[in-house]
Amino acid sequence: MRRLFLAATAAAGFAALSPGVRLIELARAGLGTKLGVKLDDAVDASPVTAKSRWGMLIDAAKCADCDACVTACNEEHGLTKTGRPQTDAQWIRKVTLEDNHTGNITSLPMLCQHCENPPCVDVCPTGASFKREDGIVLVDKHTCIGCRYCVLACPYQARSFVHENLREQKPWSPRGKGTVEGCTLCVHRVDKKETPACVAACHRDGNGAMVFGDLNDSQSELATNLKSAHSEQVRADLNLNTGVRYKNI
Amino acid sequence: MKIVSGKTFRAVTLPSVALRIVALPLVALLGFALLLLLLGGGVVNADVSLPNLPRGKGTSCVAPTEMMRKNHMDYLLHQRDLTVRNGVRTERYSLVGCVQCHVQKNDHGNFIAVDAPGQFCQSCHDFASVKLDCFECHATKPDANTEHMSEHIPAHMPAQPTAGSEQ
Repeated sequence: MRRLFLAATAAAGFAALSPGVRLIELARAGLGTKLGVKLDDAVDASPVTAKSRWGMLIDAAKCADCDACVTACNEEHGLTKTGRPQTDAQWIRKVTLEDNHTGNITSLPMLCQHCENPPCVDVCPTGASFKREDGIVLVDKHTCIGCRYCVLACPYQARSFVHENLREQKPWSPRGKGTVEGCTLCVHRVDKKETPACVAACHRDGNGAMVFGDLNDSQSELATNLKSAHSEQVRADLNLNTGVRYKNI
Repeated sequence: MKIVSGKTFRAVTLPSVALRIVALPLVALLGFALLLLLLGGGVVNADVSLPNLPRGKGTSCVAPTEMMRKNHMDYLLHQRDLTVRNGVRTERYSLVGCVQCHVQKNDHGNFIAVDAPGQFCQSCHDFASVKLDCFECHATKPDANTEHMSEHIPAHMPAQPTAGSEQ
């Protein structure tokens, strides 16, 4: 009896630790059996990897008075205004800067910068604020407790807290009272190989100031633009390695 | 000391046997039965009717009904992490898909929120007295512009899931 037990345990251990067998796959197989289905049945059911890192380049010289990006974002995610701007949700906003000495005015859109070292992720007590493998920084609203530490921590004031009961949310953008939200880089669109709503609107209705792409792909329009012209991060001194870069600010 | 005379007493008499072996267990059994009856095992109150759910679209759900009834909360909890954290989005296992199939329309042709009283989710949740908090964040109706998607059950998604043993 004992010998049988020892032999069985050794065999199981050998199988589990042998190369090529990952425990996560065993677990998923177990879940598949429990659900009675094959889990990877859809076209793209594999998890995202760090192969891509999504980012943006914004040319502030082209922005001027246009706010097509703001309008598009609000519409895409159902961010209705309640007339109380201090507590309304704000995922992207236009920031206007005036040089004190020269009087030169620059306008640029400010949104979540999708940092490589995000302070919001560092401070989150529950792990709800997280960075996905492909660089997009998100809030898992199932886990968010609404403490608003990330709202405080973000140097770009990218996050907003939802104060009111919401109905009529967009199906692709769940939002709820008591959680914190912010720019998702339109992850629901990016996962379908589309561009974020702000970038699309900038091209369609605006001045073509925004370029979206894969920072890791040296052939992409974004990477070639970043390589050829000087660009900077807002608050570069914080060493966050943002995914959103600006030109001409 | 030897007992020379006197009455002897038998320890095992007929009444004592009757008490120990027959009467006491019988009384205990009867008492237990009475207790069970009083606690009322399994009698449904006649005032509460079983939920009568509107039927969803298509021939069947993404898993057999009994499995869904018992486990849908576990599937949802597991799938939401796969989707939010890992970006795994499948047509079959999406809350948007659930809503699209199970939502009903009113007389004017407008969608009724899927968590409204009498609708799909709320009927059972009312009956079971379990708070439904998914829809504090998630949309209760399909987007009007993508409504047509609900009629389309994709060719690659079988009506019944494949057997677990294939895994």
